[in-house]
Amino acid sequence: MITSSSSSVRTGPCPAQLWIFSSIGKKTIVSLTGIALVLFVIGHLLGNFTIYLGPDAMNLYAEKLHSLGPILWAIRLALLATVVLHIYFTMLLWKENKAARPQKYIASDPIKTTVFARTMRLSGLIVLSFVIFHLAHFTVRVVDPSFQNMETQLDGRQVHDVYAMVVKGFSSAPVVLGYVIGLFLLTFHLSHGISSLFQTLGITNSHIRHTYELAARVLAWALFAGYTSIPIAVFVFGLGKGAAQ
Amino acid sequence: MKFHLKVWRQKSCNAPGNLEEYDAENIPAEASFLEMLDIVNSQLTGKNIEPIQFDSDCREGICGNCSLTINGIPHGKGRGTTCQLYMRNFQDGETITIEPFRADAFPVRRDLVTNRTAFDRVMQAGGYISERSGSAPDANAVPISKVIADEAMDAAACIGCGACAAACPNGSAMLFVSAKVTHLGLLPQGKPEKNRRVLGMVRQMDEEGFGNCSNYYACEAVCPAGVPASFIGRMNREFTAASVKEMIGLNV
Repeated sequence: MITSSSSSVRTGPCPAQLWIFSSIGKKTIVSLTGIALVLFVIGHLLGNFTIYLGPDAMNLYAEKLHSLGPILWAIRLALLATVVLHIYFTMLLWKENKAARPQKYIASDPIKTTVFARTMRLSGLIVLSFVIFHLAHFTVRVVDPSFQNMETQLDGRQVHDVYAMVVKGFSSAPVVLGYVIGLFLLTFHLSHGISSLFQTLGITNSHIRHTYELAARVLAWALFAGYTSIPIAVFVFGLGKGAAQ
Repeated sequence: MKFHLKVWRQKSCNAPGNLEEYDAENIPAEASFLEMLDIVNSQLTGKNIEPIQFDSDCREGICGNCSLTINGIPHGKGRGTTCQLYMRNFQDGETITIEPFRADAFPVRRDLVTNRTAFDRVMQAGGYISERSGSAPDANAVPISKVIADEAMDAAACIGCGACAAACPNGSAMLFVSAKVTHLGLLPQGKPEKNRRVLGMVRQMDEEGFGNCSNYYACEAVCPAGVPASFIGRMNREFTAASVKEMIGLNV
């Protein structure tokens, strides 16, 4: 009997595993999950803008989202998985990076590295705690339990009054300050993150890299301006005054 | 000129090290940084102190053997290697801190001398081409466009000194590896091993304990050959493409 001695027997990890746990594979996963999260952040802001169209528009938008039922839960679970992967692979990279440079320079110099890049883990963890607070505040509604019972009439139906809840939520100075700080750190995180993902995925060259960096910074600050406009409009300019009784 | 030096002294690979202070006196402004250390060493020898050990070879900026992190910057401030750094670029009476290149994959052998053979092993994992040996091939027998030749030449400028890994807060060697992958992969002579090369070299780089790129771009700022960090992006996409080919069972 003739048996082949060729590569029919493979030992060790399979090619997919080799890629995922290589330096570049891990970075690619962080950047792909990052893209998904940036898209979510943009979509979420567009939804939030319904507040400027009045109580009915925002409540209708919220009602439409909730009526998705199982699809909404699928999206929520997918987002959760994305966040978990993003953080898990970052931690793997961080652990290796610390081991790769055990001894710091005594005379240290930042050498062109930006403060945004150097604070990615810190800004990311602060954003994570901000997201958890935000979910407790407006989604689970445990920060202020009175949010649970805010109802209003919309086309003859009884729906949750999201508009009144947001207006009431942003009537407190510490909450508004917390949101602005959380969003500021998100901006920090994105101004390095968005430009980095092009480099990590290899959609780059020497000429276009600086354009990406500029575009990332502009997008990050535009998101900051868009998001913070809502608590500031409510708290400073009295948007929706009288909606929250 | 006169300088106050703080120099990393370490007896051997596993011995603890520390900064020792020395005064460098009567240094001509036109002396290179390495010549300044030569003068200090001859003064130390006169005082029966072990001379400071450091790497150097060609002293004309092309071999990549000299290292040194000067005031926290590999090869010191300005473009070029340590041997091309002149004392006139420092203030008279300045305090200068000199440390070895730091990265887990570059263990210190003694004082300022580090073991950079990890780069040799990365090269052995794919940094070569298969070419007929014997008589030299005809010049211009293989047409290469000017654009490709220029880009390959930018990558080939890498002298393998290790400043990129030493400057990187993550001890990542990606600028070095991407320069080699780009230089050899762009040219027709290096095309046959393109996929195998990037897979082999990146895996060896990971194996050696170099860190991962966080896009800090400190590497490109200190690179004496001016290798651009966009080559890292090119390597990332080539590595993923080669991995996908491997995953679907193509020969690489």
